[in-house]
Amino acid sequence: MARAAVPRRLGGRLRWKPARLTDRRVESQVARTLVFEVPDWPGHLAGQHVDVRLTAEDGYSTQRSYSLASAADGEHVELTVQRVDDGEVSPYLTEDLAVGDVVELRGPVGGWFVWRPEQKEPILLVGGGSGLVPLMAMIRMRRAVGSRTPFRLVYSVRSPEHQLFVSELRLDDPGLDKTYLYSRSTPPQWPRPPGRFTASDLSSAGWPPDFEPTCYVCGSTGFVETAAGLLVALGHHPARIRTERFGPSQ
Amino acid sequence: MSQTPDFLDGNAAAGELQSVFGTDMTMASGRCRGCDEEMVLAQAHAYLGGPGMVLRCPGCEGVLMRLVRSPSQMWLDAGGLAYVQMPVPA
Ligand SMILES: Cc1cc2nc3c(=O)[nH]c(=O)nc-3n(C[C@H](O)[C@H](O)[C@H](O)COP(=O)(O)OP(=O)(O)OC[C@H]3O[C@@H](n4cnc5c(N)ncnc54)[C@H](O)[C@@H]3O)c2cc1C
Ligand SMILES: [Zn+2]
Repeated sequence: MARAAVPRRLGGRLRWKPARLTDRRVESQVARTLVFEVPDWPGHLAGQHVDVRLTAEDGYSTQRSYSLASAADGEHVELTVQRVDDGEVSPYLTEDLAVGDVVELRGPVGGWFVWRPEQKEPILLVGGGSGLVPLMAMIRMRRAVGSRTPFRLVYSVRSPEHQLFVSELRLDDPGLDKTYLYSRSTPPQWPRPPGRFTASDLSSAGWPPDFEPTCYVCGSTGFVETAAGLLVALGHHPARIRTERFGPSQ
Repeated sequence: MSQTPDFLDGNAAAGELQSVFGTDMTMASGRCRGCDEEMVLAQAHAYLGGPGMVLRCPGCEGVLMRLVRSPSQMWLDAGGLAYVQMPVPA
C-alpha cells in the first residue's frame, strides 16, 4: 500500500491504535521489555512516550504513560516497564500480557523531553530506576546515527538486580561515559558504599556548568526533584535542565 | 521527611492535550497571568490524578489550565494563561 510521502512525526489529532505484543525480554528482576507491532507507526524521537490503554471485558478502562525505549525502527515499538508491586497496570504488563495480546497506544507524544541528533552541546543524562528508559532511547539513537556528541550518564539504581540494560550498557560506546550509583546494595568490591546520590556524585560524574550541557533528568518525582535541585545548586542553568517525572517515589 | 509533591510534568499530559488540540501542546509556550513567568507547557506542573487535568505554573503554582472530560462534553478553562502560542496543527 502507498504510504504518505512525509510521515506526520509530530502533531495531528491522536487516535488510539491497536498494538500487538510480539516479543518480551527480561530486563531485570522486576522489568520487562515489551515489543509491540503497531501498523503505520509514524516513527518517533528519542525521549518521547506513548499512552497505553487497557480495557477490561466489562468496559472498565485505564491508561498509563510509558517512554519509548527503542530508537525508531519501522512498525516495532519497545517499552520497558518496571513492576510497581501494588500497581494496577505495571504488574499486568510485566507478567500477564502474553505474546499475541493487543493493547491500545496513543502517540508518540511530547516534543520537550527529547534529544535530537542535530544538538551539538554535551549531554548529561541523569536517571533513577526506570527513569533510565527514555535516556536509553537517546543513547540508542546516538549510536544509530553515529553521533559523536559527548554523553555522560549517571544512573542511580537500588541494587544490581534492579539495573536495566546491563549487557547493552557494558558495550563500548565511544564518547559515552557511564557512572552507576547504588542506593541500597552494590556489586561486590564496589568502591562507593550504597547510599543516596549527592552533589559531589553529580559534580564528579557530570559536566561543569561552564560547558553548558543540556541535562535530562528522569525518574520518580522525588528523584527528579532532588537531582534537578542539585544540578541548579551546582550552577547549571534551570533552562538547560529538562525533566520527566514518572510518578510518586516508592 | 519532606513530602514528595504529587505532580508530574506537563509533558506527561502530552497525549491528552494532543488528542484535544490536534497539535503538540507541550511545546506551546505561554505566560502565567499570575506571575508573568514564561514557559513551555511541558514545564508546567501536571496534576493528572483527579477527575480532570490541571496544569499549574512552576513559578507561582497558580492554575494555568483545567481540562475536564465527560463522555459527551469537555470543559476547558485556560484563564491562568495570558497567552498561548502553539504549533500549527498538522
Ligand atoms: C511520561 C511518563 C513516562 C513513563 N515511562 C515509564 C517507563 O518507561 N517505564 C516504567 O516502568 N514506568 C514509566 N512511567 C510510570 C508509569 O506511567 C506508571 O506510573 C507505573 O508503571 C505505575 O503504574 P501502576 O498502574 O502499576 O501503578 P498505580 O496503580 O498507578 O500505582 C500504585 C502505587 O504505586 C505508586 N506509583 C505510581 N507510579 C509510580 C512510579 N512510576 N514509580 C513508583 N511508584 C509509583 C502509586 O502512588 C501507588 O501507591 C512513566 C510515567 C510518565 C508520566
Ligand atoms: Zn505563575
